[in-house]
Amino acid sequence: MAKSGKPKLAVWKFSSCDGCQLSLLDCEDELLAVAEKVDIANFPEASRAVVKGPYDVSLVEGSITTPHDAERIHRVRRSSKLLITIGACATAGGIQALRNFKNVNEFISIVYANPQYIETLNKSTAIADHVHVDFELRGCPINKYQLVEVISALLNGRKPNIPPYSVCVECKRRGTVCGLVSHGSYCLGPVTQAGCNALCPTYHRACFGCYGPKETPNTASLSALWEASGVPQEDLVRLYRGFNAYADAFRKESEAHEQ
Amino acid sequence: MFQVAVTAMVYRIETAAVQSLIEVLHQQNYSVLGPTLRDGSIVYDELHDASDLPMGWTEEQRPGYYRIRKRNDEALFGFTLGPHSWKKFLFPSISKLFSASRNAKGFNVLKDKAEPKGGTKPLAFFGVRPCELHAIEIQDKVFASGDYKDPQYNNVRAQVFIVAVNCSHPAETCFCSSMGTGPGVEGQYDLALTEIIDEKQHFFLIEAGSPKGEQVLENIQHHPAEGNEVSKGEDVVRTAASNMKRTLDTRGIKELLYENAEHPEWEKVGARCLSCANCTLVCPTCFCNTVEDSTDLGGTEATRTRKWDSCFTLDFSYIHGGNIRTSTKARYRQWMTHKLASWIDQFGTSGCVGCGRCITWCPVGIDITDETRVIRDNNGSA
Repeated sequence: MAKSGKPKLAVWKFSSCDGCQLSLLDCEDELLAVAEKVDIANFPEASRAVVKGPYDVSLVEGSITTPHDAERIHRVRRSSKLLITIGACATAGGIQALRNFKNVNEFISIVYANPQYIETLNKSTAIADHVHVDFELRGCPINKYQLVEVISALLNGRKPNIPPYSVCVECKRRGTVCGLVSHGSYCLGPVTQAGCNALCPTYHRACFGCYGPKETPNTASLSALWEASGVPQEDLVRLYRGFNAYADAFRKESEAHEQ
Repeated sequence: MFQVAVTAMVYRIETAAVQSLIEVLHQQNYSVLGPTLRDGSIVYDELHDASDLPMGWTEEQRPGYYRIRKRNDEALFGFTLGPHSWKKFLFPSISKLFSASRNAKGFNVLKDKAEPKGGTKPLAFFGVRPCELHAIEIQDKVFASGDYKDPQYNNVRAQVFIVAVNCSHPAETCFCSSMGTGPGVEGQYDLALTEIIDEKQHFFLIEAGSPKGEQVLENIQHHPAEGNEVSKGEDVVRTAASNMKRTLDTRGIKELLYENAEHPEWEKVGARCLSCANCTLVCPTCFCNTVEDSTDLGGTEATRTRKWDSCFTLDFSYIHGGNIRTSTKARYRQWMTHKLASWIDQFGTSGCVGCGRCITWCPVGIDITDETRVIRDNNGSA
């Protein structure tokens, strides 16, 4: 607790685009209510001021990609009562985990003029691969209403309403017509966790799985459907290699189609 | 019980009178809801006038497949069913039960500030298929009978005006004949329509099923149908019945499924099932819901919300200490056995009306009629 008696909240950034932190700023109306209830002790996207730890809640954005970060996350964990990861990078390694399927040294030599200055790990990994995580909030980026829900649940000592079922449930509740069935779209909704309120399908765009695998995802059955309709193996690999390419279920499914 | 044998009078109305019918319902303060074309599909939504109906459209349906197609005529009801069912109006997918605010002693339940969506206008369902009429009756048993009646459902339901439509075009996924729920209209309705369309003529037959229906009918131009017109209407339903190819053998179905809880087919279907919950959400009788409590950030106000849920989610069968149906196999078996067997013990009828939505809208095309057939053909093989 801070001197104000309010819980101290810190936001930490690892390898990421800052989009999830921006979701917190994007809360606008709710942000004032959040600021009233918690002391924002560290939030690089919003302020340079840093209040010393320990912290009641740490929101962690980004994946672990460097030896320095692999060490820093332990310091964050040590100074945090609760650690919540936010977004696909922090929960699954993010889009940068695409490198996990290749040799990272080849990328370094192509991208950087002086690769000798680059110190990086072979793989981009989720925070939970390094330290204990108390709650994971999915999405690329996260949904601001889900973020407010998690903070609100924490402040009130209740379970957050963050369901792990499919995006289909949200489509049906909204009355969105299933694009997979009515247009033959390659929608990952049936294997992807809800939370976005079926944003893409409602705007006629197939779900590309940015919330990662749902509970008990049956990717093999979905792939079998598309294989039967003639989708080439390399396209199936690409379907699962998005922002959550290294989430277990998606990784295994893409590897199953990679010969 | 006192019973009156009623042979409802059949009248003929012209196609243009469909517009008058919608107008009369609007004049009587109904919000008119019915089929309309949206997002490449026929959905249920507000009908402002007859031009909102999907004139000249039909669909092609197969397991896991739905496409709309242009017809070569101007039929208003030349299609079967889309993904929506009327339950979305009677039992909304998300509804607030109540909210409360904290006070010194405990909490106060807050009075609702906002009216429910669409106001308190009574609803007119325009174009209810026979299977759906049965589905509404089934949900009435769940929500509107017994000791615990659902007030939200009943408030809406009590005022609903139903315009039913006889089926002329069963989809490839339809099997209402097997379930005894169609393709001819029966049960409680206010008005029932039959569309007659061929190269030479296009008109409707109309029957009133209630005093409310008669009163609406009085306000539109109609005249008694002639004998050959009435028999044309009967032909429509007869042809629909004979065009329906899919069947579900319901003989002893309760015992069949109870005795086959360990049938190897459950394993096979569990391997295909995505546990995405689509079948339950498109089903016009599935009523399972979850109740969510949420608080505002300050912890001064709390809200209880009811949402559609599904027996295919893990949280649905989470009880103290864990989930009781962790495998998808167990969840599929639970759904199908409830729908076709234990529903009979629970409510006295099957939970299935043969609309085929669970077949069409299953992304991987799992077919409840096929699953039943496999279990029947290898009865007791476990």
